[in-house]
Amino acid sequence: MSWGYETDAAAEDAVDESPAAKAARLAAMTSDAPIIWIDNLSIQFRRQCVLRDVTIKIHRGETVCVIGESGCGKTVLLKLMIALLRPTAGRVVFDGLDLAKLSRHDLNETRLRFGFVFQMAALFDSLTIYDNIAFGPRQHNRCTGPELKRLVADRLQEVGLPLGLEQKKPAELSGGQRKRVGLARALALNPEVMLYDEPTTGLDPIMSDVINELILQTRRVKKTTGVVVTHDLKTVSKVAERVIMLYPLGRLKPGEPQVIYDGPPAEMHDHPDGRVRQFVRGEAGERLRELASQRES
Amino acid sequence: MATATTNLGEAGAGPVQRLGEQVFEAIAEIGDMAHFTALTFTWLVRKRPNPGVLTPNFYAIGVSSVPVVWITGTFIGMVLAVQAHSQFALMGLETRLGSVINISLVKELGPVLAATMLAGRVGSSMSAELGTMRVTEQIDALVALGTNPVHYLVVPRFLACFLLIPLLTLMADFMGVIGGAVVSTQLMGVDSFAYWQHSREYVGGLDLFAGVFKSYFFGGAIALISCHRGFNSRAGAEGVGRAATEAFVYSFIAILFLDFTIGIAWNSVYNAIWPQTANLL
Repeated sequence: MSWGYETDAAAEDAVDESPAAKAARLAAMTSDAPIIWIDNLSIQFRRQCVLRDVTIKIHRGETVCVIGESGCGKTVLLKLMIALLRPTAGRVVFDGLDLAKLSRHDLNETRLRFGFVFQMAALFDSLTIYDNIAFGPRQHNRCTGPELKRLVADRLQEVGLPLGLEQKKPAELSGGQRKRVGLARALALNPEVMLYDEPTTGLDPIMSDVINELILQTRRVKKTTGVVVTHDLKTVSKVAERVIMLYPLGRLKPGEPQVIYDGPPAEMHDHPDGRVRQFVRGEAGERLRELASQRES
Repeated sequence: MATATTNLGEAGAGPVQRLGEQVFEAIAEIGDMAHFTALTFTWLVRKRPNPGVLTPNFYAIGVSSVPVVWITGTFIGMVLAVQAHSQFALMGLETRLGSVINISLVKELGPVLAATMLAGRVGSSMSAELGTMRVTEQIDALVALGTNPVHYLVVPRFLACFLLIPLLTLMADFMGVIGGAVVSTQLMGVDSFAYWQHSREYVGGLDLFAGVFKSYFFGGAIALISCHRGFNSRAGAEGVGRAATEAFVYSFIAILFLDFTIGIAWNSVYNAIWPQTANLL
């Protein structure tokens, strides 16, 4: 499948990464300072604590999948990384900058270094597909006129969408097309870090694989760092270089860390922690017993 | 940790605690509204809104409201004429109908009804639109794209409501005056010359200005309240529906409250400047 990367200057890099190149990239990543450092972070909504004392380091160039049960705080973690939410305690450091200490202007500039693909795409309903993709460059005067037209066309081509789509409204698109437009919009400002919030949720297996391929292509061509929040283990096995598993705070015993797994995807299946193995295998055993005991009590 | 997710406000909380919580929530809500208003005014002066964003809002809020305000104004003038005629006829004062209808319209009914129609038609719609944007993460997407949502979404709506409601009010006044005149002179048989003569004697430019002046406050309040409710909409269809309802109810209460307080303030100023004519109307 062609994603139209031929139009990009980096097209020549769009080949499968060799094992040696990948090993070199991963070694370079771990030696560098992290691009995102979640430092002892907690967040609470009214009385409900969602994340507590979470510390995560994400290195430049790597793709990290964040997995865990629904309600464990994965999306909240993603939104904290781009300062869409403010932590109750702890800090988020991006490329050496503490996001909480940045001025409004600097925070906005920093946000432009991220691309966020939302769970339901979050396309602006009132704008056409063209205007959605052109939104960021237009707002920040990155380009105008024919240059902007070319940029939109390039981004659409990159995500495998036809040019005829650009005058349609988001409501006229299918779920997969919306996700791809969301990705095109996120890529329009050439971000350094891509944040994906459940990119394959609600899509058929074929379209899920298309999205997974796009995530890989984006990493390869744009050299972006990626954080993917997902439930989809196929996505994990395909795109993740490292997996972080969060556990719902309400079900942890006192003193237990909320990050119950942080390592390569291959080692999850045989991990000594039963909670990790259960999640990977999709076994509800212990959870069902908990639900039964809750019903009885 | 089980205790972290326990909602203390639900189980085991006494009525005093619940009342206290509700009071605190109400105070927090007022504080949040004040903060939202301050942010809107800050962005209003900090950065000029894009004309491409202003124009659709001016159209949706101003032009699209014309028919409903037109119809409301006309019928209110007509109803006033029908209701007042029988009472005035008993005293032989039919020719005075014009003064009563027109002063009521330009000072009170025109501004209040135009604002009420705007709150119902535009306020609820703005709130539902922004609420949907909130729950579908479009507002988060704006922030992620480095755009301030108050500047992009609220300021154009505020400007459209604030600047266009006086025009809608003038239109409601005009249509009400015409409606009242048509019913009085054509259906009720009131002498046309006397009707307009008395209207001219009792309704002056200052009365018209009083109504238009109030309408600026109504428009600003409708925009701020509706956008605030939309921004704070809860998830789901119920949350958005509730935000739209609250936008109308709170806007309507604000219109009545502002009408009362501005009315008192206006009369005080009027009495201070023209004490000898203060009791004529």
